[in-house]
Amino acid sequence: MKASVRHELESVALEVRKDVVRMTGLSRSGHLRSCLSVVDIIVYLYWKVLRIRPEEPHWPERDRLVFSKNHACPALYAVLARRGFFEREELWNYRRLGAMLQGRPEHFRTPGVDVPGGSGGMGIGLANGLLMSARIDRLDRRVFCVMGDGELQMGSVWESAMQAASLGSGALTTFVDMNGIQTGGSVESIKRIEPVRKKFEAFGWRVMEVDGHDFRQLEKSVAWSLSGPGDSPSAVLAKTVPGKGITIAEKGLLGSPACPLDRDRMEQALRELESSSGVKGGGA
Amino acid sequence: MRSTLSGFGEGLLITGRERNDVVLLHADMVDAEVIAPFSLEFPERTINCGVSEQDMVITAAGLSLGGKIPVAVSYSAFLTARSFDQIRTCLAIPGLQAVLVGTHSGLSAGEEGATQQMNQDVALMRSLPGMSVMVPSDYPSSSFMAGIACGHPGPVYLRLGRDEIPDIGILDESEMRIGGGRALAEGDGVTICACGIMVHEAMKAAAILSQQGINAEVIDCFSLKPLPSQLILASLRRTGCCVVAEEHNIIGGLGEAVAALSASENPVPVRCVAVSDRYGQSGTPSELQEYYGLTFREIVGESAQVWSMRRR
Repeated sequence: MKASVRHELESVALEVRKDVVRMTGLSRSGHLRSCLSVVDIIVYLYWKVLRIRPEEPHWPERDRLVFSKNHACPALYAVLARRGFFEREELWNYRRLGAMLQGRPEHFRTPGVDVPGGSGGMGIGLANGLLMSARIDRLDRRVFCVMGDGELQMGSVWESAMQAASLGSGALTTFVDMNGIQTGGSVESIKRIEPVRKKFEAFGWRVMEVDGHDFRQLEKSVAWSLSGPGDSPSAVLAKTVPGKGITIAEKGLLGSPACPLDRDRMEQALRELESSSGVKGGGA
Repeated sequence: MRSTLSGFGEGLLITGRERNDVVLLHADMVDAEVIAPFSLEFPERTINCGVSEQDMVITAAGLSLGGKIPVAVSYSAFLTARSFDQIRTCLAIPGLQAVLVGTHSGLSAGEEGATQQMNQDVALMRSLPGMSVMVPSDYPSSSFMAGIACGHPGPVYLRLGRDEIPDIGILDESEMRIGGGRALAEGDGVTICACGIMVHEAMKAAAILSQQGINAEVIDCFSLKPLPSQLILASLRRTGCCVVAEEHNIIGGLGEAVAALSASENPVPVRCVAVSDRYGQSGTPSELQEYYGLTFREIVGESAQVWSMRRR
């Protein structure tokens, strides 16, 4: 990856992070740490991988991104707005009555959202159905699923993981945001999901582990996934830092993961992000 | 004598020949009559999802998003109860086009016992905004409903049983629609609303009631949601009393739907012949039908009572 491309992606991700802080701050909603951990993964996919047309969101031949990590939807919304699916002004109405951007993604309300969301553990199954329909229509559709690591505690994930291997489609790539946290604390202290690599491998998946904040590694993982044997789904286990980019969020000093940012902390977080890039301005 | 299960199997095959976007998913069903006709002719459009109803429903949603018409089939007990979250989140809230087919509903799982029988499925599905609920009463109507359900733009729940039942006359296709019903016997003494196998019991009851001087109007309410409200209300205006018969728990089914309609539009006495808030047990379906009081005898008894209280 060229340095210029990396810098471009880093700059986009920084702006997305700022929008996420503004959205969660203004709406007094939580899951900031989970939003910030997944930003780089979806920025990379939306800017460098997905074959999409923001001006034509329902373009039938587009690739699909199944965002299963529903509680982190501010990150998805900020990415979609910046990618041109809708006006950025919509972000400030997030979670308000009548808003396009609901508390959990609804594909019929929001351009760019490809699937219904809300209850977790359904991403891989939705992806399987999208791939089956493409197979019947002989379409070359690629489907990317983005899920959280806490979601791996849900049984339906493994029903669908088994189905994906039976389907034998190499066009499915699932990114697991391995940020290590869930609402009640650390994932491993609540209900052990490890060894995740062995679990996916045992279910017939190819697995690669990457740093979920390193665009060069994310690039390699997508190339690896799409150049595979063609009959195995791939899981990219992306190690991430919850709250990435904001010191108090990274250190877990915000209270519970569902705890919203107050006004002061929102301003402080924005200042920290702005200083990290040397870029000023860009207010809500 | 043939089942609604096999009627649907035939209808799905016919629909599959007309529309190449219909895809059959099932949770390892071995009941040949419902699965085999379609799957043998269209193996490339048939997916055995294994015994994973939750995954089957989510996969169906993915297929629907991909432009297909998924028809997902499993025991009604597991399809509606085990996968309720998936049905609600992935199909009902987004209003996706999909057909959910619950088999072995009511008491028809018989000897399999209480867990495999299902008398709460209609209550669960009716409670979801946007979900249509259909319960055919014979082979021809079940066959025809397969096509109707596949042509409907939103999610549809179709409830099928495996009891062998007679066909009810000749099907008037113009009556067969979502939100429709059909008057099978006309009368001004008592309105009997029924669905599924209970339509046959209602017809038997009507014959007995006519000997007692009560002319029953029997309505096959195959569309439980939306209800054929105008058909029912017109009948209630003539009769002034109503009995509802269904092979379902008394809570949440056709009985409550008709009672609510009557209460708000034309209050008349309404009695329900249904499972009285109990679970089933092992036994043949006909034994269970007797044991839980789902026969023409209960319909006759309740009809005589509401008739004596009728309001016209």
